[in-house]
Amino acid sequence: MKITFPHMGNVYIAAKGLLEEIGREVVLPPPITKKTLELGTKYTPESICLPLKINIGNYIESIEKGADTILITGSCGPCRFGFYGSMEKRILKDLGYDVEFISFDPPEGNPNALLTEILKAAGTKNIFKIMKAVSRGKQVLYSADNLLDYSNYKRAVAINKNKVDQIMDEFYFKIEGTKGVNEINSLISSSYDKLKILKEDNKIDNLKIGIIGEIYTIIEPFVNLNIEKKLGHMGVIVEKSLTPSKWVSHHIGLGQIGISEERKKWKKAKPYLPTLVGGHGRETVGSAILYAEENFDGLIQILPFNCMPEIVAESVLPSVQKDYNIPIMTLIVDEMTGEAGYLTRIEAFIDLVRKRKESENERIICRS
Amino acid sequence: MKELFVGVDVGSVSTNIVILDDKNNLLENKYVRTRGNPIKVITEAMKEVGNKYKDNDIKGVGTTGSGRNLADIILGADIVKNEITAHAIAAINFIPDVKTILEIGGQDSKIILIDNGIVTDFAMNTVCAAGTGSFLDRQSQRLGIEIQDFGDIAIQSENPVRIAGRCAVFAESDMIHKQQLGHNQEDIINGLCEALVRNYLNNLAKGKNIKEPIVFQGGVAANKGIKKAFEKYLGKEIYIPEYHDVMGAIGAAILAKEKIKKAKHTRFRGFDSIKLDYKVRGFECNDCPNMCEVVEIIADNKVLARWQDKCGKHSNYINNNDKLA
Repeated sequence: MKITFPHMGNVYIAAKGLLEEIGREVVLPPPITKKTLELGTKYTPESICLPLKINIGNYIESIEKGADTILITGSCGPCRFGFYGSMEKRILKDLGYDVEFISFDPPEGNPNALLTEILKAAGTKNIFKIMKAVSRGKQVLYSADNLLDYSNYKRAVAINKNKVDQIMDEFYFKIEGTKGVNEINSLISSSYDKLKILKEDNKIDNLKIGIIGEIYTIIEPFVNLNIEKKLGHMGVIVEKSLTPSKWVSHHIGLGQIGISEERKKWKKAKPYLPTLVGGHGRETVGSAILYAEENFDGLIQILPFNCMPEIVAESVLPSVQKDYNIPIMTLIVDEMTGEAGYLTRIEAFIDLVRKRKESENERIICRS
Repeated sequence: MKELFVGVDVGSVSTNIVILDDKNNLLENKYVRTRGNPIKVITEAMKEVGNKYKDNDIKGVGTTGSGRNLADIILGADIVKNEITAHAIAAINFIPDVKTILEIGGQDSKIILIDNGIVTDFAMNTVCAAGTGSFLDRQSQRLGIEIQDFGDIAIQSENPVRIAGRCAVFAESDMIHKQQLGHNQEDIINGLCEALVRNYLNNLAKGKNIKEPIVFQGGVAANKGIKKAFEKYLGKEIYIPEYHDVMGAIGAAILAKEKIKKAKHTRFRGFDSIKLDYKVRGFECNDCPNMCEVVEIIADNKVLARWQDKCGKHSNYINNNDKLA
């Protein structure tokens, strides 16, 4: 059994470690490229959201590399992601690919079904072994996300920003060659150390921008056209409202006992959006308010074209923008996104935010 | 000795070059059609300008527009800015209390909201052709009239025809339909102007608070029919600056002036180096399935810049510590 799974930010690093820990063979999908997107667009319904198109591209490329089993998680949020597993299964079947599908759907009164799927993926009945691998996988995910966040920070403040890119490129290049959690961990920490010694420029007053919106488009750099990198090169410190670690912590961790960050977001969003609108619509609004309260300089919302929950959030955000006096810009991505127009908007938004901050600072100086 | 600042706006439809003196007076003003060959247009226009001025008169250069990086490579710009900021800066400079800027160019349209001389919000439309100048261009060609006369014909109309303006393709078929019904040409043309304005206000300006004074700039501002339609739908007065068609370039020049205050020395490569023979070479990189079509700019057998590669290995190749584009 050769297992593969779709790309989603850093998730593949942890999933690879976890599965290899319990002795499974993993076929990593090749990094997302134009070819992935072309394959996906060709074989999926035209109006489906972008993540599904890329998933299908990932599967086909992995199958070409020899994968025979596909692993995907289901979703609790009522958005189209909930159908991904079943839809993808059918699409691949129609295309004539003979692959096994393992889908971790939320239990919803039938925990046995989920358990069977987990055991199938694990290939062992040793619950203790599985639990241990899960916990180690979780830890890899946290440190990989931590490394990515640190690199984003470092890119904004470092004098030589290209060096940061180089270190991270090298990290992602080497990750495929590693085997098991230990090797991944040592690669993560050595990359972290390399970033740490880069010289920082303390003289610049860096802007802080929060990225909010749909989780897949926030964390998958190919899809959001490397927004973190682009902002980093402009000297902007970036924070993302959703990361794979936060998702995991909500679904298998703190969220279950009601103290995760998500719950805080729901509470904040309540005056604007008191109910679930699917996906992460409510979280987007909540994150916007949290970031505004933390004095971020501006927010960028990213969503895939025709993502319903985020469209609801988008129409709520102007009220947040007004009430909390924070600039918010929305970027919509799909396979047609042109990079030039996208970059122009980001640049103009950063100019706007920077000018605002400068005049704000001047006002404070004048008053005192 | 003169203190001059050059602003270059390389757009999809037109390339504009302006020269300002240190008091922001406009000395030169060139509006040339890009016609898909920005390098040729930039070098030729600069050559003409170069006959009148000397290298050390030029104290700063700013570039903007979709071809801003290309112009930077050829000229050596002190500042490379996006067209939204450039347009805002120019408008604020001419009308300090401006609150709203409507800008319609060849391939895109923008709305910029300003408060106290600071941009507070903007929107930009890049994919829908129904709201831009090239749509009008195409329709004037179809009707066999010059684009310069378009606005004058439109304002003669007393009874505009309602044309579905949501999409350029539907607008065209609706226009043909109205034509076959026997409507006047001026009514149809005026209907088109109104359709474009409706589309602009319903898409781009949706939910935006349009306050006076309103400035309308960009190439399309020359069209009196559009101005009239804006005034009709907004019920407010629209102000069109004298140099509405080169406002982006003016903004770039002003930004260059501000930059030079801090940087002191210009990166301008001189009028002679603009006379070099610039060549563009494209190649497909086959190192990964992205198959980026990398573009190289070459002059004097030297590679000046590379771009269009997703991973950055070609654009960083020339100088490891300095990103080229």
